[in-house]
Amino acid sequence: MDISTQSTQSPLPTPQPPPTEQRRAARGATRPGDRIFLGLSRGSGILLLVIMAAIAVFLTYRAVLAISEDEGNFLTTFEWNTNTVPPVFGIAVLAFGTIVSSIIAMVIAVPIAVAIALFLTHYAPRRLRGPIAYVIDLLAAVPSIVYGLWGAMVLVPHLTGLFGWLDAYLGWTGIFSWEGGAPRSMFTVGILLAIMILPIITNVSREVFRQVPQMHEEAALALGATRWEVIRMAVIPFGRSGVISASMLGLGRALGETMAVATVLSPDFIIHGSLLNPGGGTFAQNIASKFSEATEFGRDALIASGLVLFVITLLVNGAARAIIARRKEYSGANA
Amino acid sequence: MAKRIDVSGLTAYYGSHKAIEDISMTVEPRSVTAFIGPSGCGKSTFLRTLNRMHEVTSGGRVEGKVLLDDEDLYGPGIDPVSVRREVGMVFQRPNPFPTMSIFDNVAAGLRLNGSYKKSELQDVVEKSLKGANLWNEVKDRLNKPGSGLSGGQQQRLCIARAIAVEPKVLLMDEPCSALDPISTLAIEDLIGELKERFTIVIVTHNMQQAARVSDRTAFFNLAAVGQPGKLIEIDDTERIFSNPSVQATEDYISGRFG
Repeated sequence: MDISTQSTQSPLPTPQPPPTEQRRAARGATRPGDRIFLGLSRGSGILLLVIMAAIAVFLTYRAVLAISEDEGNFLTTFEWNTNTVPPVFGIAVLAFGTIVSSIIAMVIAVPIAVAIALFLTHYAPRRLRGPIAYVIDLLAAVPSIVYGLWGAMVLVPHLTGLFGWLDAYLGWTGIFSWEGGAPRSMFTVGILLAIMILPIITNVSREVFRQVPQMHEEAALALGATRWEVIRMAVIPFGRSGVISASMLGLGRALGETMAVATVLSPDFIIHGSLLNPGGGTFAQNIASKFSEATEFGRDALIASGLVLFVITLLVNGAARAIIARRKEYSGANA
Repeated sequence: MAKRIDVSGLTAYYGSHKAIEDISMTVEPRSVTAFIGPSGCGKSTFLRTLNRMHEVTSGGRVEGKVLLDDEDLYGPGIDPVSVRREVGMVFQRPNPFPTMSIFDNVAAGLRLNGSYKKSELQDVVEKSLKGANLWNEVKDRLNKPGSGLSGGQQQRLCIARAIAVEPKVLLMDEPCSALDPISTLAIEDLIGELKERFTIVIVTHNMQQAARVSDRTAFFNLAAVGQPGKLIEIDDTERIFSNPSVQATEDYISGRFG
């Protein structure tokens, strides 16, 4: 509004628009090929928006149907009973499980991924860099159900020892106490997710670290910096926003991971203070396990939980962008 | 504080390629020595052997001796990291750390050397920025990023960063080639002041600049592309530009090549 009033009050004469033919020529849309391409690309863009809007409207509509029937509080109820009359269900356990397992995955994966990326770009001998990077790429190509099967058959049996150790030495903190159930807990899920998101964080970080301009590293070297000090002064600060973006890509995958979580977790609508006791659940895992046997109403309820996951993902991405924007004037992009 | 550089029989390689061959010269403390010569003659490579930056490039290695007063920089057990703390360097393109503020850029070298109190750091940063004739322009925005300065200011910031750690020698690799004439003049004035405290070696493509700022000038040349660069002669700048003892030098200076 402000802008339009300002422009009408502007004392400057508005420039005459050029004749129509000239404008058309300038846009380059007179030739048949250009017109067809313009129509196609504009049509595709509009179609995409229409599909997105249709999906959003459909999901929101179904979600509202379910939530309006919910006898419990949708956000705080620790149950998921959609077949009872009246239905009682809530996402508290799912939200907790999704966020906690993703945080565990990030805490484990990000430092390791950054360390691998730095090793590959600054320490590894040249002829080892290619093969190691290739193996990491292969890890990214493994389907998630394969990770899930490996997790259930190999990882879970081997975690008993680790869980016992954590309980013995860190059990006093509460979050690492263990009552001796099967090691199919949020912590197990976190470890598996960490392995799954490691490749993407490593690969993106490696690209970012590789793009640090030679002149910044030489500036540090010329001041008498050791290799580690060069990394601390020039490489990591330059790559920080890239590593944050990489972590967000990984986090996105961890938040939405379905099959692998469903395979290793013993789901239960309960929130433990300890990360090691079995039980809990995540949005995606809950939808996958319940969807095929759910009633029409049950599906609506699951869709509602899916919408919450979507909102959480949006919030996380927004937070990441804010972090990157806050440091913008110090970013390496100004170099 | 400033130290003498004494180079004897120095040859540098990139892998199997010999970039410069058998160079010997002496650089007196508290003087400015300019290196001139055509592109590819190895003057920048030679400069980078003086603070062991040459070996950072993959395949880079050096034979010969570089004495800083009496200490051989390439002697056994000499850590290149400690060499670079004694021999500072300013590069062709201004390269302040983009992620650091002006203050942190100047303090970067000090922070490497150990812990300092905040007040000590402030003193050194102020002194270095004054030494680089930059203090008055940036004193109100020390916490702003260094990348927001103009090219000439950035280069003076890099000089401030280099002199903050009190090196014995300051190497400058075409420090004005990316700058406009006014900024160039500012850097040249600064070089005149800095030579009271440091031994300065400057590589330049600008012969007027060599004539203006240096006490001694060394002319490098190469026989042909692919051949190693060699030191043709080094003499008082006045003599090099008026009456050089080698014909090739005169040809190069007067614009008649080869």
